Amino acid sequence: MYQFNYERPKTLADAEALLGKADDPKILAGGQTLIPTLKQRLAMPSDVIDIGGIGELDFIRAEGDAVMIGAATRHATVAQSADVKKHNPALAALAGSIGDPAVRHMGTLGGSIANNDPAADYPAACLGLDAKIHTTRRLIEADEFFKGMFETALQDGEIVKEVTFPHPEKAAYMKFPNPASRYAMVGVFVSRGPWGVRVAVTGAGQNGVFRIAEMEEALAKNWSPDAVANIKVPATGLNSDLHGTAEYRAHLVTVMAKRAVAAAG
Amino acid sequence: MPVVSMTVNGKSASADVEARTLLVQFIREQLGLTGTHVGCDTSQCGACVVHVDGRAVKSCTMLAAQADGADIVTIEGLAKNGELHPVQAAFREHHGLQCGFCTPGMIMTAVDMIRRKPDLDEETVREELEGNICRCTGYHNIVKAILAASREMR
Amino acid sequence: MSDAASGEGIGQPVRRKEDFRFITGNGHYTDDINRPRQTWAYFLRSPHAHARIKSIDTSAAEAAPGVVAIFTGRHVADDGLGGLICGWTVTSKDGTPMKVGPHPILALDTVRYVGDHVAMVVAETLADARAAAEMIDVDYDALPAAASLSACQNAAAPQVHPEAPRNTCFEWELGNKAETEAAFAKAGRIVKLDLKNNRLIPNAMEPRAALGEFDKGTGIYTLHTTSQNPHVARLVLSAFVGVAPEHKLRVIAPDVGGGFGSKIFIYAEETACVWAAAKVGRPIKWTADRSEAFLSDAHGRDHLSHAELALDKDGKFLALRVKTVANLGAYLSTFSASVPTYLYGTLLSGQYDIPAVYVEVDGVYTHTAPVDAYRGAGRPEATYLVERIVETAARETGIDPAELRRRNYIRTFPHQTPVIMNYDTGDYEASLAAAMEAIDYKGFPARKSEAAKRGKLRGIGFSSYIEACGIAPSAAVGSLGAGVGLWESAEVRVNPTGNVEVLTGSHSHGQGHETTFAQLVASRLGVPLANVEIVHGDTDKVQFGMGTYGSRSGAVGMSAIVKALDKIEAKAKKIAAHLMEAAVEDIVFENGTFTVQGTDKSLAWAELSLAAYTAHGFPSGEIEPGLKEGAFYDPVNFTFPSGCHICEVEIDPDTGVTKIEKFVAVDDFGTVINPMIVEGQVHGGIAQGVGQALLEHGIYDAESGQLITGSYMDYCMPRADDLPSFDLGFTTTICPSNPLGMKGCGEAGAIASPPAIINAVTDALGIRDIEMPATPARVWTALQSATPRAAAE
Ligand SMILES: Cc1cc2nc3c(=O)[nH]c(=O)nc-3n(C[C@H](O)[C@H](O)[C@H](O)COP(=O)(O)OP(=O)(O)OC[C@H]3O[C@@H](n4cnc5c(N)ncnc54)[C@H](O)[C@@H]3O)c2cc1C
Ligand code: FES
Ligand code: FES
Repeated sequence: MYQFNYERPKTLADAEALLGKADDPKILAGGQTLIPTLKQRLAMPSDVIDIGGIGELDFIRAEGDAVMIGAATRHATVAQSADVKKHNPALAALAGSIGDPAVRHMGTLGGSIANNDPAADYPAACLGLDAKIHTTRRLIEADEFFKGMFETALQDGEIVKEVTFPHPEKAAYMKFPNPASRYAMVGVFVSRGPWGVRVAVTGAGQNGVFRIAEMEEALAKNWSPDAVANIKVPATGLNSDLHGTAEYRAHLVTVMAKRAVAAAG
Repeated sequence: MPVVSMTVNGKSASADVEARTLLVQFIREQLGLTGTHVGCDTSQCGACVVHVDGRAVKSCTMLAAQADGADIVTIEGLAKNGELHPVQAAFREHHGLQCGFCTPGMIMTAVDMIRRKPDLDEETVREELEGNICRCTGYHNIVKAILAASREMR
Repeated sequence: MSDAASGEGIGQPVRRKEDFRFITGNGHYTDDINRPRQTWAYFLRSPHAHARIKSIDTSAAEAAPGVVAIFTGRHVADDGLGGLICGWTVTSKDGTPMKVGPHPILALDTVRYVGDHVAMVVAETLADARAAAEMIDVDYDALPAAASLSACQNAAAPQVHPEAPRNTCFEWELGNKAETEAAFAKAGRIVKLDLKNNRLIPNAMEPRAALGEFDKGTGIYTLHTTSQNPHVARLVLSAFVGVAPEHKLRVIAPDVGGGFGSKIFIYAEETACVWAAAKVGRPIKWTADRSEAFLSDAHGRDHLSHAELALDKDGKFLALRVKTVANLGAYLSTFSASVPTYLYGTLLSGQYDIPAVYVEVDGVYTHTAPVDAYRGAGRPEATYLVERIVETAARETGIDPAELRRRNYIRTFPHQTPVIMNYDTGDYEASLAAAMEAIDYKGFPARKSEAAKRGKLRGIGFSSYIEACGIAPSAAVGSLGAGVGLWESAEVRVNPTGNVEVLTGSHSHGQGHETTFAQLVASRLGVPLANVEIVHGDTDKVQFGMGTYGSRSGAVGMSAIVKALDKIEAKAKKIAAHLMEAAVEDIVFENGTFTVQGTDKSLAWAELSLAAYTAHGFPSGEIEPGLKEGAFYDPVNFTFPSGCHICEVEIDPDTGVTKIEKFVAVDDFGTVINPMIVEGQVHGGIAQGVGQALLEHGIYDAESGQLITGSYMDYCMPRADDLPSFDLGFTTTICPSNPLGMKGCGEAGAIASPPAIINAVTDALGIRDIEMPATPARVWTALQSATPRAAAE
């Protein structure tokens, strides 16, 4: 690791101020992505601003027809939350499938979506549930937030504060883990709710999470596994590596979508 | 350099460290508690697992500064008054270790697992061990040991 | 108290003595040891698979904060240090010795694999050393690399060493070519199979580490290191590399966190640390991070083979012929030449009576990390080949795989195979029958059709393996090219208070010697287990030893202890006879008590021990004071553990995921000292075999020679949820060639399991072959191109 200054502000306002002052700062939340990156000397921030101690970012609230989750809420907290389990069990299950128990004790929702790893799970939930991402500067629709591999709509110094997940009528997430890393090789989130039907895919795409319009249309007409069983996604634009070809991933998208719909009931 | 203070195995520990110091470095190098191991550099093997405020965490993936003010328990702090923790005893009884390198992390993970899920079954134990790699035992006896300890502690 | 009653004797599942320190965090691994004024080393490694070093500019790095010294190949050469060696010389068919390129500790003018050592930075902290290493300016002239095993012998392939044209180190053969050809000519059926044995990366969980020290006053060097055989390390470092004379070099292997072969070898980093400690006048610590371990630990396996089996019309095997190309990597590692030759070709007869066997092995260089022994070393490759082609023959002849094996089992012993080995004993039918019973072979068709109803493909696969352990005798291995003898030493020291220290040349890094060796000694001397201490891993304490690998510690290491115990008993009886004024022949030693036959005179162990040291009134010249004996044991033959593993899998055709539903292993290890520990060894071995068959693969980019699977993100380690619980059983034939009747158990699991698994996978899929590891992607791809017989059924 290179040297850096470390700050642990207690409030969002302090965090913003520190970010504004520093040369080349990095936000640290759970550190489950940032610290491995720093250890490999792949990043050289001047300042690391730890938002892990900011109480106002760590909450889960069920209000009206949505659950609001603070950006610094740990995966384990989301997975165990009675509110999330009640209103959005697919989201709780997804959070409980991220990494391993120790990673889930540290990793946060905000860190996951801000990082936007193309194989991460939360982006599929955000896109698949038509989530709203609140930052220190604005509200960003999930559809506008994820901009490709490790790219998001976030600007320098902008902090994710909260994500609002509206309650779905039906939803499920099916993850086919990469055998080695256990990140999603293909993960498919399906949902039906006030927004209609959504099918969001993570892990497979070269540009990160994406939706499949054809499956959404088919499911809107007929919410059943059979509706998607024969919809093939093109292999172009999908990842191809030692763990599987683009064709294999394309096939898995269909299989996982089918299983997700079945699981959603 | 930040001053970090924490409680480790019931004793307070405080030191001036570089901001980039990892919790595992603090534990091993500053405090000389070498039971916590480092087996990888990608946060995947779990040899470094300790408890931070009661929860299992990979100490190689946390800055010492992040643990400022926290209550830490390492493998050295698990036995109380010379008596092995039931999970430690079960690892010995069921031969859940060979070279012993993964063992501290395994035991700390197992204690946390049993705390969260008192009614463990084999499949759950295997899933919960996703973040702990052992090259020696084939996990067979680790799983047996954890199940036995969880029954014992019920 | 008898052994059985105390629960500590031979055959008892005694809980391990060593566990207490490990479960409480009090083990002492190399990286746990620190010294005052210690510095840290970091190695700058080659980013290229093949490049000429035009220049190395260390000036900026030398001025960096905390830097103590920087060493390059030039410094090593100027100091007159030799390179690393291969301790086994293989001779080619044409009678020429293998072609060996130099293996410098730090590269001189050429780098030959990604991770090759270019410079060593010594600094006040690891962070300083690492930062300074980034400031070293190396001007490389990058060259094309020969990273592909299948292409490296092409005329146009880039050359790894000018000494070895077409990258061929040796072209070795074994067996009788003419007889084999003749048998093939009259064969009723010939079964052919092309096989790949995938490259594996050992990944002991403790990364390699070293702490080098030099005492200016005495001129003694000390190296703490993660070694499976510290004495061999000392011998190589003194006699061949020339770091220090043998008596001025102490090598200590404290607690070692797994080895599996990878810590047998003498590597550049450890060597450099102890050498440079004298140069900088301060202790130097180095610990590999996992990424470095991936790049620089010796890898395992990596064979391409073509095999043909000739059968008569009744399914009797007539002959086997094999051509194998074995990857040696860029340099010959400590034992690498022996692995694909004498540890491989000699086991190609398997458990079968095959009248003629002929094998040719080309050992080849590539621009990849060195390849050497990894758990099983040669024997898994042999077993994989034999058991895959036998299973294929069963399918092609329509004979049940168990029946075909039965028809060809060796049934009379000793049995001389056509490939050197003389099997002393075994009962292959017994382990096959027990394994079939345990897995309920008869019920398999019903389970298969039940699975089919759920849309799953179920398959079953056999592996009847044999392996050779405790590699021996020294004279024999010497004649085959070994540079060392393969005996073992032991010394038993009885203290005046009657407790016992046993010094052994074997090394424990997970095998539990502190317990099993103590069980042997305690039961023989009738002392409590707690009163026996096993001392190992320190060249200052143990005079010499060959270390632990090749499942040799039991059969060879413990036999040496038995020999020393024989001497102890003989001397103790002499003392007892003197003290009790009886004839030596009348002294009986049982359960720790000496009695004079036919009398009530007796002496307890502790009394005798004390008397041995007070030595009052010993007849001078007849009895020396003290009670300490040493022995060297050189076995008369290998031992031949064998057994049968059967695996049952279920495949999800939608995803290609293979799930192991049942895994049965029935092994014959001869006498078992501690069944709990033996079972643990088998579990671990099977898990590594499952890793090879389904998960693990060390992959280099064929063009660039970059290691693609350089971390756990891409190299798939077996985790708990990849594995089932295993169902183990034992059958026993006593090994006649050592006093305890032991055979060795450390590698069987890794040797036997891969073919059982792949036989099951190919059975489920209804295809001839699938490359290891049979990942979901590969299985799915295979399903796309095959019309699976199983699925159609
Ligand atoms: C072994 C292992 C396995 C894993 N497996 C999975 C998996 O299966 N699926 C999966 O999805 N993930 C997985 N992860 C990643 C894990 O979920 C991380 O927690 C997550 O990607 C990042 O969250 P974090 O809180 O740790 O963020 P950090 O590592 O602290 O930060 C990550 C990035 O986000 C930025 N950031 C953090 N918080 C905010 C914020 N509030 N606003 C703006 N920017 C912010 C940081 O500056 C940084 O660039 C795994 C990680 C590990 C170590
Ligand atoms: S050392 Fe922390 S996970 Fe491997
Ligand atoms: S006991 Fe050796 S790695 Fe687990």
